[in-house]
Amino acid sequence: MTGTAAPAFADPKHARHLLRQMLRVRRLEEKCVQLYSEAKIRGFLHVYIGEEAVATGVMATLQPEDAVLATYREHGHALLRGVAAGAILAEMYGHQEGCCRGRGGSMHLFDAATRFYGGNAIVAGGLPLAVGLALADKLAGRRRVTACFFGEGAVAEGEFHESLNLAALWQLPVLFCCENNLYAMGTALRRSESQTDIALKAAAYEIPAWAVDGMDVLAVEEAARRATDAVRAGGGPHFLELRTYRFRAHSMFDPERYRDKAEVAEWLERDPIDHLRSALEAAGQLRKKDWDAIQREVDAEVQAAVDFAEAGTPEPTDELTRFVYSERSAP
Amino acid sequence: MKTTYREATRAAMRDAMQRDDRVFLMGEDVGEYGGCFAVSLGLLEEFGPERIRDTPLSEAGFVGAGIGAALGGMRPIVEIMTVNFSLLALDQIMNNAATISHMSGGQFNVPIVIRMTTGAGRQLAAQHSHSLEGWYAHIPGLRILTPATLADARGMLWTALEDPDPVLIFEHGSLYNMAGDLDDDAGAVDIHAAAVRRPGADVSLITYGGTLQTVLDAADQLADEGIDAEVLDLRTLRPLDDAAILATVAKTHRAVVVDEGWRSGSISAEISARITEAAFFDLDAPVGRVCSAEVPTPYARHLELAAVPSAERVVAAARQAVGAHG
Repeated sequence: MTGTAAPAFADPKHARHLLRQMLRVRRLEEKCVQLYSEAKIRGFLHVYIGEEAVATGVMATLQPEDAVLATYREHGHALLRGVAAGAILAEMYGHQEGCCRGRGGSMHLFDAATRFYGGNAIVAGGLPLAVGLALADKLAGRRRVTACFFGEGAVAEGEFHESLNLAALWQLPVLFCCENNLYAMGTALRRSESQTDIALKAAAYEIPAWAVDGMDVLAVEEAARRATDAVRAGGGPHFLELRTYRFRAHSMFDPERYRDKAEVAEWLERDPIDHLRSALEAAGQLRKKDWDAIQREVDAEVQAAVDFAEAGTPEPTDELTRFVYSERSAP
Repeated sequence: MKTTYREATRAAMRDAMQRDDRVFLMGEDVGEYGGCFAVSLGLLEEFGPERIRDTPLSEAGFVGAGIGAALGGMRPIVEIMTVNFSLLALDQIMNNAATISHMSGGQFNVPIVIRMTTGAGRQLAAQHSHSLEGWYAHIPGLRILTPATLADARGMLWTALEDPDPVLIFEHGSLYNMAGDLDDDAGAVDIHAAAVRRPGADVSLITYGGTLQTVLDAADQLADEGIDAEVLDLRTLRPLDDAAILATVAKTHRAVVVDEGWRSGSISAEISARITEAAFFDLDAPVGRVCSAEVPTPYARHLELAAVPSAERVVAAARQAVGAHG
């Protein structure tokens, strides 16, 4: 015997599911980039390529009754939460078949059916909303979790600190998920924070917090499950610092002058999809035909989404001012 | 019954809390302190700390939390001590409360009520005295209320809580001690229509909130001079009751808009523009305006009084409007 067999996954079926989920995000984002270069999508476009393990791992631990808030880099979160890829792409096309009828676009995906509360393009702007959604649950006696995703750039905002304090003070069921990709647009964490240990900041508010390898979907899921279970059980807010990296530019307008190629290359070596796929293959738990089937299904889903978006229609401009105020009375 | 604006506002909150379990009050010092202006005094004892919720000094945090709670099915009343402090929460009000319904294609709505004190007159200087309700009236997605009477202080809140969208209520600080009679069965009132507080034939004095009493005093003085002024209380700054504004102008053919906000880019400018757009040929005189002087509100009593609209300035503006073709 030479060498040792790669460790097997206890639940290979679930691991393959996570792999597939990450690939769905990756392929949808790659398609978005392509469609942007074809001018089918306009405005700002921020893709999640490289960070898929974060949302995939966390989202796997949430229940349908939970609430999710995310940032302007949220296509993957919406997709993983259950918003149809077609509705997401149609939104970016500005079509009325989009999940927000074309009024939100890439940065403002919302979906009432899955309790997906955006899509917030003000850095840290979603954190107070998460606190309030959790407060509503607490006041109503509902055991639900509000998961709030934000980047490490949000840590510099006052709303981050106000929200952590309120959530801890009132022991609210919020799961704070800090996607630390090291750069707030072009500003490196070390250039913007006197204390770069983000979990430590959360701990200062008496919130249980720990840092997780955000390139390892199983590690993310394990940590998120621990945190989600504790939040749901009434343990107050929890905080995850998910260490990750975006492989692409901040947006489609970013010449990437602020980080060097060697650093990017180093992180590309840790691609969360390649990492899990290789590990599954090494353990003999992902056959070539399994992988081919996953790719085929994901490609078909993305193509169907493109077809759906292409077939979409613009909302008549005489409906321009709809939804500024509610068209229904308060429930 | 004899009451005050402060007590009427408190009665409105008590009534709302009793009617609907989803209603709660949140803000700085609303509980143990009894409210910065004693509006919520006694409510903590009656409803407990879950529903009369003291917050840290975190305007963006607790206003945003109110918006989130509204999204989550509650009916929060969020109190901000003064309009100047609301600027710390402007991000949440403008970028979330006012936009989420539209951005989400109508999937979500934000039934929050935000109350705050506005206005000058108490020598609180340049960080506690401004009238920024006109700014907020600029923002689509919000409804802006300015209760100026006991009946409106008592009645607007419940109607605002029934509104599915964000409502901001601006309470002029000089009104809290205003005393008078209120019907024992006073209750909810509409929040969309302006009200004629004094009928008249010669000139329309259009105002709202803290300057309503100033304008009514001016109308009394004008009456002594034989000028019969009509006083229109806007009550709601967004949406403006265009029909009521145009109706009074059609009746008197002369208008003076009185607004404690600064003149440049003010709600009075908007009203003046709407009158000239829609009723130009009804006018017998240019639309006049009486606004605050364009200075940060000064502390010294005589300077503060010189800065804000006074009955004398309103009388002078009305005389000019009438005299122009008189």
